[in-house]
Amino acid sequence: MAFEGLADRLQSTIKKITGKGKVSEQDVKTMAREVRLALLEADVNFKVVKDFVNRIRERAVGQEVMESLTPGQQVVKIVQEELTALMGGEESKIAVANRPPTVIMMVGLQGAGKTTTTGKLANLLRKEYNRSPLLVACDIYRPAAKDQLETLGKQLNMPVFSMGTEANPVEIAKQAIEHAKEEHRDYVIIDTAGRLHVDHELMDELTEIKAITKPDEIFLVVDAMTGQDAVNVAESFNEQLDISGVILTKLDGDTRGGAALSIKAVTEKPIKFVGMGEKLDQLEVFHPERMASRILGMGDVLTLIEKAQAQIDEKQARELEEKMKTASFTLDDFLEQMGQVRNMGPLDELIAMIPGANRMKGLKNVQFDEKQLLHIEAIIQSMTKMERQDPEIINSSRKRRIAKGSGTSVSQVNRLLKQFNEMKKMMKQMTNMQQGKRGRGFNLPFM
Amino acid sequence: MSFIDKLKSRFTKNKQEQKVSETYIAGMEKSRKSFSGKINDLIARYRRVDEDFFEELEEILITADVGVMTVMDLIDELKMEVKRRNIKETNQVKEVISEKLVDLYFGDDSEDITTLNLQDNELTVILVVGVNGVGKTTSIGKLAHQLKQEGKQVMLAAGDTFRAGAIEQLEIWGERADVEVIKQSSGSDPAAVIFDAINAAKSRGADVLICDTAGRLQNKVNLMNELEKIKRVIAREVPNAPHEVLLVLDATTGQNALSQAKIFSEVTNVSGIVLTKLDGTAKGGIILAIRHELGIPVKYVGLGEQMTDLQPFDAYAYVYGLFADMFDDN
Repeated sequence: MAFEGLADRLQSTIKKITGKGKVSEQDVKTMAREVRLALLEADVNFKVVKDFVNRIRERAVGQEVMESLTPGQQVVKIVQEELTALMGGEESKIAVANRPPTVIMMVGLQGAGKTTTTGKLANLLRKEYNRSPLLVACDIYRPAAKDQLETLGKQLNMPVFSMGTEANPVEIAKQAIEHAKEEHRDYVIIDTAGRLHVDHELMDELTEIKAITKPDEIFLVVDAMTGQDAVNVAESFNEQLDISGVILTKLDGDTRGGAALSIKAVTEKPIKFVGMGEKLDQLEVFHPERMASRILGMGDVLTLIEKAQAQIDEKQARELEEKMKTASFTLDDFLEQMGQVRNMGPLDELIAMIPGANRMKGLKNVQFDEKQLLHIEAIIQSMTKMERQDPEIINSSRKRRIAKGSGTSVSQVNRLLKQFNEMKKMMKQMTNMQQGKRGRGFNLPFM
Repeated sequence: MSFIDKLKSRFTKNKQEQKVSETYIAGMEKSRKSFSGKINDLIARYRRVDEDFFEELEEILITADVGVMTVMDLIDELKMEVKRRNIKETNQVKEVISEKLVDLYFGDDSEDITTLNLQDNELTVILVVGVNGVGKTTSIGKLAHQLKQEGKQVMLAAGDTFRAGAIEQLEIWGERADVEVIKQSSGSDPAAVIFDAINAAKSRGADVLICDTAGRLQNKVNLMNELEKIKRVIAREVPNAPHEVLLVLDATTGQNALSQAKIFSEVTNVSGIVLTKLDGTAKGGIILAIRHELGIPVKYVGLGEQMTDLQPFDAYAYVYGLFADMFDDN
């Protein structure tokens, strides 16, 4: 990757400074430059960056950093604090109208992901809030946009209101609301056509739809990969429609997503949801502090912990710890542990959340093949109970049998056994080191 | 003759080229206004070429989404050039800036880097790839229309079997451009669709087959493997194919476009870029970084939603579009 995280960059800057004993104003200036570059590389708008860096510089020149023993980390901490503050404090909820239906309007540029997000939002409303939404196909311009929404409706088993591509979008929206009232749908989500913020004719159409439907929420859907232009887009949409919130899409990509910060800074409207994948349940509530870490390239520890908590049974974890201490960790335990990790989500996503993962030699740009995990599973499952308890007894004839049984090769079986042994050894070391320094990290056998 | 005059004369040389540059100027009007307006503003405010001047110039280029590293390189080169030519006044710098930008794009390459690699008398396969929502299907529709106008027999393969409505969208474009679309049902194996399409194209003696693919984020390993498989199938069925792999990029995309270009190239050997949505306020400056760092040229730009709104890329016109105000001031 061309980009390293801010933490990385600052660390190398700090390395040059360490040994000086004190951080000078010049050093702070250098650090401020690094912060600036990191934010620019993350696509934060340069105006926003400028204000931001000035604020950081002021705080950094203060005693907070100068007298700190770890000025680098201190700067990172300040940056993250300020960034989170700027990104908006609390997570915000979705509006509910006094008299149903609650009307939500989806707007944005072409290709931002409005239609997909409309489907996801409807799914979320039903699942989390027990609502019954009606989807409205107001995109009459893009070929097959209506079909796309109708297909999503079918997948979700949710009604879609459309009047073909000849009708006027304003009229469609108007009638959709009447329809929703008759059918007792409590939410109406209007999917509008993608348009450029400088296209006056189409922007006027949105203003008309807004006037006639009086929406409770207007969500601006923005591609997380948007560059410096995010500011112009968000500003125009906000000026003309007074949006109520932002939904950031395609955040499951490897973009830093600095656009989020720019949009928040210029519109002062909250980012409410983020799109995290192509499946219809992959819309998540926005967490400002996580986004701050991501923009800085610091990993997303919080999400990782949450995912782990949701998947790993505490009792099991304690048992495992005990086994690690006594080094009675078997291949069966290993299999179980692997299952838990896999339940947390795709491995490369998990690795990306570990802070500094991109600095660790073995972890940088590691491409995980989930198939390999299946192979490992198959190998272990092809072993007898005794073999799993005591891998020492596995001789070459057993190896051949295991390889055949799992559809792998003897060398693959060998590799797994070797890695398992190394892992056990490392566990011993880690247990010995407990209360002392933290381990040097660990290697999972499939890496 | 100064560099700017040369650039200008290039566009006044003949009518056709002038038309091209006019399209760019019209299409990129919003981009250009803000961009060169800022440069002029900068030049007016700073009379002397000093550190502050360069710092602000750096910001302007970054605002155009030119990659950060590329901007750094460019500024360094500019500084050297300014020293070498002993330039003290900022208005003299203009010329150096545009010269360096065009230089940056062409490098040592003097050959034609924008024409599509079309085969004579045999099937040309064009594979179109990119992340979600960049405008792959629309660009294919426009490209099909254009090639058809040039008298080619064109066929389309509906390789996006994943996104809801994608096949229907391509079919509508097929009708508009009056070309045949080979498809299977939604959810089927895209490599199989393309395999079918190649055989259909062969038996019907088509000149060009354009293959649509589902949008995919470049960090999804499994989806990228699927793309590799598609490419493999094409290569097996037609020697030396795909003859072109076009990566469609959204001009509003920021630094991530570099990662897209890099990873898609690793998997499919991208031969050119289609830069879409250049009719907004985004400048798509990242193409300079992509060309600079990865060597991939832009072949087409999308300047609107009409079937005819796909233009062959012209680096001079692009830079001219960005700087037109500056030139006219003199």
